[in-house]
Amino acid sequence: MGKITVPLNVNGTRRVVTAEDDTPLLWVLRENLKLTGTRFGCGVGQCGACTVHLDGRPTQSCLYAIRDLAGRSVTTIEGLSADSTHPLQKAWLAEQVPQCGYCQSGQIMRAAGLLKENPRPTRDQIVEYMSPNLCRCGTYVRIVRAIQRAAREA
Amino acid sequence: MTATKGVSVNRRRFMVGAAGYTFAIAAGIPEFLSARTASAAAGARQTVMNAWVTLSTDGTVFIMSPATEMGQGSLTALPVILADEMDADWSRVQVVPAPPDDKLYGNPRFANAMYTAGSATVTGYFTPMRQFGAQVRYVLVENAARHWNVPMAEVSTEPGVAIHLKSGRRLAYGEIAAFVRVPDKAPEVALEPLESARFRLIGTDIGRIDVPGKVNGSAQYSIDVQVPGMIYGAILRQPVEGAVPDEIGDTAARKIEGVIGIVPLDYGVGVLADSPWAAFKGKNALETTWNRKARGWSYSSSGAFEAFARVANDPVRKGIEWDAKGDVHAALKRAARVVEREYRADYAYHAQMEPLNSVAAVSPAGDAVEIWCGTQSQTTAVAAVAKALNIPESKVTFNGMLMGGGFGRRGNRDVEFIVDSVLMSKAARRPVKVIWTREDDVRNGRFRPLYVNRLRAGLDQSGSIIAWHHRVVCDRVLAFMDPVRYAVSKGRDNIAMRGTEIPTYDIGERLAEGLQEDTGMRTAPLRAIGVGQNAFANEVFMDEIAEQLGVDPVEFRLRNLKNAPRARRVVEEAARMANWGTQRNGRGLGFAYLDYSGTQLAGVAEVSVDRT
Repeated sequence: MGKITVPLNVNGTRRVVTAEDDTPLLWVLRENLKLTGTRFGCGVGQCGACTVHLDGRPTQSCLYAIRDLAGRSVTTIEGLSADSTHPLQKAWLAEQVPQCGYCQSGQIMRAAGLLKENPRPTRDQIVEYMSPNLCRCGTYVRIVRAIQRAAREA
Repeated sequence: MTATKGVSVNRRRFMVGAAGYTFAIAAGIPEFLSARTASAAAGARQTVMNAWVTLSTDGTVFIMSPATEMGQGSLTALPVILADEMDADWSRVQVVPAPPDDKLYGNPRFANAMYTAGSATVTGYFTPMRQFGAQVRYVLVENAARHWNVPMAEVSTEPGVAIHLKSGRRLAYGEIAAFVRVPDKAPEVALEPLESARFRLIGTDIGRIDVPGKVNGSAQYSIDVQVPGMIYGAILRQPVEGAVPDEIGDTAARKIEGVIGIVPLDYGVGVLADSPWAAFKGKNALETTWNRKARGWSYSSSGAFEAFARVANDPVRKGIEWDAKGDVHAALKRAARVVEREYRADYAYHAQMEPLNSVAAVSPAGDAVEIWCGTQSQTTAVAAVAKALNIPESKVTFNGMLMGGGFGRRGNRDVEFIVDSVLMSKAARRPVKVIWTREDDVRNGRFRPLYVNRLRAGLDQSGSIIAWHHRVVCDRVLAFMDPVRYAVSKGRDNIAMRGTEIPTYDIGERLAEGLQEDTGMRTAPLRAIGVGQNAFANEVFMDEIAEQLGVDPVEFRLRNLKNAPRARRVVEEAARMANWGTQRNGRGLGFAYLDYSGTQLAGVAEVSVDRT
């Protein structure tokens, strides 16, 4: 217990943060580093709103305590592209995916993990891979469409 | 586009528009707008055309939107209506959320409150937005005509440009802004009737203005707000409505690193901390006992199902009539056959993705406050905050943020999470962001009530429905969520009862009656309010009657929609799209139809049952 200072690589930049050692990465990103695009939905790994890439893999940032992350690399939605030009972001705009939008950073980060592993996923593979991420507005149909578009146009 | 004779516009709205011209924000650029107009080009000047439109000499058109945005798109939709009538170039439009001011920006559908709900936003604002847009266009055309010294009738517009066709001269709206004279009184402009109006924007596919920020993380919800010097708060709220803390055991909570203070509240206990994580830990470490006086303590939902069912079946218990036609009891007596069924639904949680939260910065003297929150009603948010601090509403600076879902949980009476942040900031004498955890959000939910729906249908010899009797037993909603409206409702609980009307089904005698129970539970509207459960009961009942008669469910609905051609078309089209009638291997189709405020809806679900 107690505050610790941890070096992280966040969106390609070295950042040093001080926080309670059991603080989830989610809150360090949001309140210490002010990277608020990563969102708090449940805090227990059930919704996916807080999905970031940890060492390149989609990960729910609410589940990782900062004490275990020294030297690790984190990519957030803010670091996915400098100017919203990642193929998924372009596809998300073209398909007008978001409604309330709150889950969408997590959806896009998870989808980016999918396309990295499998640039040409089938519809079933998309549905399966995206299943940890919830959307209360029900944008799932458009999410699938946007991922298919990004795979096609990337 | 040309302005021609047309529909007359409600006089009162028109005068509001006139007030907007003359007094409301005539003197310079108001403060809430100046931050937004900073995005116009350097050196550009802005002119307030009316309470809704500010024009910049660089061509930017700032349009107010009184709607709050939770993903439904009305923050964009309302300015589109105005821009269309104004003939603005949509690519030059910047939408500005309207500040709380009921007189200028209220929705006539809600007694002029600013409140985005009930599918009432576009319908409520449609004509006023057209009117204000037409007035601005009129003033621009008038100014262009004067500039060219030609009759007004010779000036027309294209998006963002006034045109004198005879001479080929053109003036962009931004150019007109440089010399525009805005009249003291709003001009009377008749609107083209809808049947003949030609729209450039309405009916086309326009990207929502909130979408770009939602694909790169920059969209701002209240939970994202950062204020200098801000700390964090978590709230342990009363387990049932009305419970009060007896003893607060905070020894363990105070020992948690990062916890700054404990704030006793009438309805719970607040924890102030230097991070959200420490605030949550502090809240979880509280050991609080509660007085046991509140009504809800003895309540059990499983017991309620049986109790509600008994009420539904008790012929002595008369409900409050919600919707009626003819004499249903007489019709049931002469029916050849009566079908009767009961349907139940448990409490439903809103589960909006963004847990409730709010940020407040109370002045050190406690006499003013700035708040950042996601609310469906600017009006009630400001009123509740002013009341909590006992200050005038003019001392409340309101920042309406995007909502990570509303669904009725950020409605006009859902102010408790906003008041949380205000009381915590007052106690801390610093800005405070209060965040409910997901667990808080569920425990402190205000649910769609628990329902028992009892339906009886009387059929004649030919199998036609001649009587339809719907008894709805559920927790009362309106009394909890809107006591002001409840007081004048005569017990007619629209939130609980909506959806029991069946205006399009061709049934001679019908009665829907409400038996709302005071259980002490917190209740709220949830997406389409009572329609969710009541229409479910209606439609499953239709299926069950069809099955009794051995008639196909789609065919049965069509038989009962003889006098509703739009409904028939929707039912037929949905069935066609679903290849209704085609057998699926291991799967079945379910059908439902609904008239929702005149909108015709039909849905087909393809389902399989996993019996393992």
